[in-house]
Amino acid sequence: MSSPAKPKLALYWAASCGGCEIAVLAVNEKILDVAAAFDIVFWPVALDAKVRDVEKMPDGGIDVCLFNGGIRTSEQEYMARLMRAKSKVLVAFGSCAHEGCIPGLANLNNREEVFNTVYQEGSATLPENPKDLRPQPETRVAEGTLHLPVFYDTLKTLDQTVEVDYYLPGCPPEAEKILSAVTAIIEGKLPPKGSVIGLNTTVCDECPRKRSEKKIKKFYRTWQLIPDEETCLLEQGLLCCGIATRAGCGALCPQVNSPCIGCHGANNGVVDYGARMMSALASVIDSQDPVEINRIIKEGIPDPVGSFYRFSLAASQLRRKKKPSAVSS
Amino acid sequence: MSDTVFEPKIIGFLCNWCSYRAADLAGTARIKYPPNIRILRVMCSGRVDPTFVLNAFARGADGVMLAGCHPGECHYIDQNYKAMRRYAMLKQMLSQMGLEEDRLRLVWASAAEGQQLAEAIEKLVADVRRLGPLNWPKCWEENGRRLEALQNIAREHAEAMEVPQ
Repeated sequence: MSSPAKPKLALYWAASCGGCEIAVLAVNEKILDVAAAFDIVFWPVALDAKVRDVEKMPDGGIDVCLFNGGIRTSEQEYMARLMRAKSKVLVAFGSCAHEGCIPGLANLNNREEVFNTVYQEGSATLPENPKDLRPQPETRVAEGTLHLPVFYDTLKTLDQTVEVDYYLPGCPPEAEKILSAVTAIIEGKLPPKGSVIGLNTTVCDECPRKRSEKKIKKFYRTWQLIPDEETCLLEQGLLCCGIATRAGCGALCPQVNSPCIGCHGANNGVVDYGARMMSALASVIDSQDPVEINRIIKEGIPDPVGSFYRFSLAASQLRRKKKPSAVSS
Repeated sequence: MSDTVFEPKIIGFLCNWCSYRAADLAGTARIKYPPNIRILRVMCSGRVDPTFVLNAFARGADGVMLAGCHPGECHYIDQNYKAMRRYAMLKQMLSQMGLEEDRLRLVWASAAEGQQLAEAIEKLVADVRRLGPLNWPKCWEENGRRLEALQNIAREHAEAMEVPQ
């Protein structure tokens, strides 16, 4: 199946939900074109290839690696380093690798708190844990010491861990965007290294809704009102993140009467996605009274971090919640 | 901890038309205020993007002061109200991120209020001094077992690859 001229493609996942893998398959029959153009050497979700196969490859032996997921454990960091060394082009594929995404919101906690939720209070994951068992990175048995990956306090993005060549945004990236990116790679039509492969404009530019001057006295949560289908959602008081979010999705959510939640992340030139959102929203709140301003924000945006950094907390300037300085283990 | 006294690093964003002139006035009038504040002049408090404030904390500032003209007296009509709203947004977001409230403060100081600005700086420095160093980048560090764990994976894989088939 592999002719020597075919470029080698690898796909790997770390801390992610698997949606990006499904997005790859959502190119439908075009996956056959991808398979025809590339020699897929490593893709744990779909192929029976082992890590040791990758370890045996020469450095730079893989032409392109699409890496999705953030870095949460030592094993994921090891794989990120391995895939970096073995790949000529490493693509942070999807929101998790790009900006941390939903798993990055766990940066509002540390390991201890995450474990408490999952192993102690968590009813969904583990109904009973009377002995309060926790995963141990080291277990001694008669044959020697067994290791589990170490779980980190802070989820890191791929480029906080290793050097990244390109970013493909989205949660998940749209199938046609994946295809055009992969095609660009085949044809050698790549943008400058370090680029986000996508549009350089905001979701508002793709949104067909009518916009006029924005003045907001009250923010609503999505369950509190059925929005008018033609007017800008932000003008109706919904926290629509289209103003700060990179275009490319075709304004999918606003078109079905649901506010943009920002999965494509920051547009070019935006250092900190949440800061851009705060800056923009502060401009449209219609009040000059500090007490009223505080009330509008408190009542309408009860979870500022989750609202402004839903997809990008790990990639934000502060990256995580403040850790008590005494906590170190 | 070292024995040296903690000297807070405070970044101050002062507007060109009122607060920066208040600082100037404090200087010419020989009014003393602690040297812990590093003042950056901006044209208007409305020019201060929340990114600047987060950047200051992310790069090691212990506290940030925003200062502008009194409400209603902005050189650019109403941009200091924008600063007021951004400050309110930032405060609520930063409290969720675990930042102590006293590390970020908005003050109004007219060009005539050198004394008031000096007092506000003194108060902020004292409050931050009481809170201690922030050192935000330290929050990103993992403990020493991270490197050990990475080495263990590499070693175990190498050993496993030696097993004869």
